[in-house]
Amino acid sequence: MSTTRATTKDRSAARTLLRLWPYVRPARARLVTAAFVAVLASCTGLVIPLVLKWMVDGPVADGDTAGVWLGALYLLLLGFAEALLFGLRRWLVARPLSHVEAEMRAGLYRHLQRLPVAFHDRWASGQLLSRATTDLMLLRMFLAFPLTFLLVNSVTITVGVIIMLLQDWTLGLVILGPAIPVVITCMVFEKRYHHVARLAQDQVGDLTTVVEESVLGIRIIKGFGRHRSQARAFRELSGKLRGTELRKAGLLATIWGVITTLPEVAIGAALVLGCVQVADGDLSAGTLVAFLSTALALRWPVESIGFLLAMTQEAATATERYFEVINESPEQEDAPRRGAGNGATSPHRPAADDGMLFSAVSFRYPDAPASSPPILDRIDLHIRPGESMALVGTTGSGKTTLTALVPRLHEVTSGHITLDGEDITAMSREELRSKVAVAFEEPTLFSASVKDNVLLGMDEQELDRALAVAQADFVHALPHGTDTQVGEQGLSLSGGQRQRLALARAVVGKPRFLVLDDPLSALDVHTEAAVEAALRDVLADTTALIVAHRPSTVLLADRVALLSDGRITAVGTHHELLRTNAEYAHLMSGTGEAEDNR
Amino acid sequence: MTAPTTKAPTADDEPELPRHEDAVDAFDRDRLPTPPRATSLLLRSLLAPMKARVTLTTFLLLLQQAAVQAGPLLVAYAIDRAVPAFRDHDNGPLIAVGAGYLLSALASGGLQYAFILVSARVNQDVLLDLRGRIFRHAQALSIDFHERYTSGRLISRSTTDVESLRELLNEGLQELVTVILSFLYISALLLWLDLALGAVAVASFVPLYLLVRGYRRRAGRVYRKRSTAIAAVIVKFVETMNGIRPVRAFRREAANDADFAVLNKRHERVNGDALLEMARYVVTSRLVANTAVAGIVLWGAYRVAQDSLELGVLAAAVLYLRRLYDPIDRLGMFLNSYQSAAASLEKIAGLLAQTPTVPEPVTPRQLPALESQHPGREVVFDGVRFAYRTGGEVLPRFDLTLPAGQTVAVVGSTGAGKSTLAKLLARFYDPSDGRVLLDGVDLRDLAVPELRRGVVMVTQEAFLFSGTVAENIAIGRPDATREDIEQAAKAIGAHDFISALPDGYDTDVRKRGGRISAGQRQLVAFARALLADPAVLILDEATSSLDIPGERAVQRAMATVLKGRTAVVIAHRLSTVAIADRVLVMEHGRIVEDGTPAELVAGTGRFADLHRAWRDSLA
Repeated sequence: MSTTRATTKDRSAARTLLRLWPYVRPARARLVTAAFVAVLASCTGLVIPLVLKWMVDGPVADGDTAGVWLGALYLLLLGFAEALLFGLRRWLVARPLSHVEAEMRAGLYRHLQRLPVAFHDRWASGQLLSRATTDLMLLRMFLAFPLTFLLVNSVTITVGVIIMLLQDWTLGLVILGPAIPVVITCMVFEKRYHHVARLAQDQVGDLTTVVEESVLGIRIIKGFGRHRSQARAFRELSGKLRGTELRKAGLLATIWGVITTLPEVAIGAALVLGCVQVADGDLSAGTLVAFLSTALALRWPVESIGFLLAMTQEAATATERYFEVINESPEQEDAPRRGAGNGATSPHRPAADDGMLFSAVSFRYPDAPASSPPILDRIDLHIRPGESMALVGTTGSGKTTLTALVPRLHEVTSGHITLDGEDITAMSREELRSKVAVAFEEPTLFSASVKDNVLLGMDEQELDRALAVAQADFVHALPHGTDTQVGEQGLSLSGGQRQRLALARAVVGKPRFLVLDDPLSALDVHTEAAVEAALRDVLADTTALIVAHRPSTVLLADRVALLSDGRITAVGTHHELLRTNAEYAHLMSGTGEAEDNR
Repeated sequence: MTAPTTKAPTADDEPELPRHEDAVDAFDRDRLPTPPRATSLLLRSLLAPMKARVTLTTFLLLLQQAAVQAGPLLVAYAIDRAVPAFRDHDNGPLIAVGAGYLLSALASGGLQYAFILVSARVNQDVLLDLRGRIFRHAQALSIDFHERYTSGRLISRSTTDVESLRELLNEGLQELVTVILSFLYISALLLWLDLALGAVAVASFVPLYLLVRGYRRRAGRVYRKRSTAIAAVIVKFVETMNGIRPVRAFRREAANDADFAVLNKRHERVNGDALLEMARYVVTSRLVANTAVAGIVLWGAYRVAQDSLELGVLAAAVLYLRRLYDPIDRLGMFLNSYQSAAASLEKIAGLLAQTPTVPEPVTPRQLPALESQHPGREVVFDGVRFAYRTGGEVLPRFDLTLPAGQTVAVVGSTGAGKSTLAKLLARFYDPSDGRVLLDGVDLRDLAVPELRRGVVMVTQEAFLFSGTVAENIAIGRPDATREDIEQAAKAIGAHDFISALPDGYDTDVRKRGGRISAGQRQLVAFARALLADPAVLILDEATSSLDIPGERAVQRAMATVLKGRTAVVIAHRLSTVAIADRVLVMEHGRIVEDGTPAELVAGTGRFADLHRAWRDSLA
């Protein structure tokens, strides 16, 4: 179901997390300082039992009240220091880490916008979104806690153990006893948890996909009364996720159990042994108290290792998922062209004003097997300057694919497309796309005002003309006219209305080249007629390629090209082809059904 | 278990900017009306079936905390009793201490293990239940709800909102219960060890409580701002990714980067604010706690020095005090996840409180048995009127009878009410007045399976679900064999292109049918409808992306495979109308022309004009 499963080999969490370094670099000074402060704060906490010891063995035993006051003052100062240092640590990292998170998100967004369209065909937006949100939050939390505290806790534990060893080395050794089994448990845990965590994250992705589809396809589900089978599929997946989560819980329970029990057993042993020593007079009561409070102070650092490791694992998975996307290479700006062995020159190079020329253009999706037949096979087509050409072909003949090649949403597999004599791969995409405007079959509106949706950064004076061409006067009747918000976050418009806005968007900048993919399919007959009349003026001096299904749309164009099985099989005017080409006549009028696709 | 209370939004917790001034609609602002107490009722109903296990977890935690807190008490006993006894050659108390400590260690570890397992079960079952409820409820809600509640919101209800509840359940609740229990245990122990010392410790809770309360209020405010900020980031993100083609074609990358940076920065700032708020809380609460510790130790030590308190008691008290204040950081984190979960749960409760406007019948009726030679059924609109709840009347009162087996084309301009007519017949909406009858039975009296054997609608947007092509067609009839599926595809002219796909019928359609063209998707949608074999078929602009031969194939299939069915065809294209027995021309919600195609063409009405223009284009 999911196309985005983990493909990475087993890689240690630490090595995976190291890849975050470039993003963390700007915050490194703060992070290091914060870690240092946290170590200080923890060690301050460890000094407190020593002060207690001093108080118990000294002033308390001697009945020295002034000494007691002094001890309490020390305690108070240490307490203040600890509190302020812990606060300082948080203060130090709060802004920089939010910044790291935001930068990573902005980086992901920037990168995704520039990945080939083929990538987006493959990846569900839900999977991308979860990388930009939950995964990045996990990473920020990892940088804020586990990263610092795995270090801090190690230092704290080491210092604590040293303090204990110094106070009484036999008792210290007893406390150290469980270290080895705990470390082994942690290592085993880490490995297993990694797999389950990744599985759970992917299953959440799959579940999201079902939710997304059940919402987007609600009309079909309702129309066929299929909500029960949809609910069953959902139940199955969420049941699977529950199973995985329970396996995760089982692992967590084990490590918590081990990490709680073993050190506690050691402390118990140390207590008994210490008492014997105190009774024998080998150890002062104060030392025992201090020793035990140190040991107890280490409880939290030791116990927390379990969940810190779990968080680290999840962060490592999140990093993997993040880099799966970041490592995809974006569209290269001046990539050397495949199949263009003879330098940058196009096959024939007249002066400017050559219109749009396809020469020997072939296309096959990059992820399709090399043996499969190409979708477009050596297309030769010349649209003269100012001419509009309709592109006609059966469903699935590759018309939309051909239109996607002009603005380089997909790259030609071989051959050339030139605009006014210049190869489209020789100019920057920015330049290319400013020359070519496109109206897509599925009109997408963004959450913005009507005006912004049409202009997309163009000059506002153009707005009225463009709306007039597309017969989109309905916008003036909207609650706020052209300032009305539309799209997901605003007013929802009908398919025909959206299509007209998409058309307005395409004609707004008076582009030199227009590519229209079945631009009038959702319009009713009256509106279509009106749009056609207005569009004729625009097309009079624009070089245009128009995908068409209907005679009415075809009539907008000067000539027609017939696309059949990935090749251009005929070019001519509508009436010529209607007379001379049986396939064309069949496509346009439905006559000649003998050679039907059966 | 505390239940989040539903607060009425006050002035300071509504940071969301109204997008357009007059749009105070609950839908627009993503604030569905939530009945009072709905949130806590929801939580209670989720937990009710797990009463036994919730009790068990609480009990386990109670025991576990008791075991954990036994340690210092044993230390006190060891120092004050066991050591002197051991000096007197009485090993008993010391052995008892050792045994007791070992026992409490094993118990606390074992109970911890059991607790995590049991509570994970409870949590996962609650989440499973909640996810299922949201899903089923969203599916049960009517189309008019879905048209107003955007898909993005619905998706985030069942993903991020459920996720924040998961976090609360997984980490938060255990934290809270542990914190409360350890407060209670330790206070009790301190009071028992020494009444006066204990009383001082308990008194220190007052400033701590005030701090926590203040933090909760401030954090709540920051938190709400943060969730609004991240929602804006998400919307921009999703929109860009779903509209990647226009984004690229119109060179919006740089402009989008800039827009996104603004939203992202806002989130960064609020996020930082939230973290700083937490830092402030940690500092102040630690200061209070450490001062209390110093004060109590001072007083205790003073009394030990004056021999009015035993050393062991002081030692135990000090050990407990450190533990007493340990969890205040975690309390802060709990409050964080609590705030976000409460907000999420409120939104979920709001969604669940929506009632379907097209409810299933309580006592469903059956359609009369079909006479074998007549697979179609009669449709009657009886005094039907339709208006949106917000007011606008779309269809004024009208009557219409479609005899069984008739193919009726409905034409007219955008907004003429064609689609509304279709949706009423498919029971996506219920009429405001009047009834829609299928063979004399009100659609409202038909259970869903019965209704869908009667009426099926194919729409313009041909959505494909992930899975194979065959699975997508089988949505029409889940028990269909592969042969049935291929038969349907052949009849509609989709077999050729499907066979040409890499894995034929088993080709995965990937992301929303990315590689399958719009026309091909419509063919798959038709194959689906063919397979469903309904008595009444509605085609709402269902051929708009098909070329004319494709459309003809569809028409042929309707004439052969679906022969005798009642069909309602809504189309902009006159080519589609050719096969109809009868044409209805609609304008402003009314039927203005009604007759056979030939009659209308021969007449002088609008249809005749349209038809002439169309014929001309073919000449």
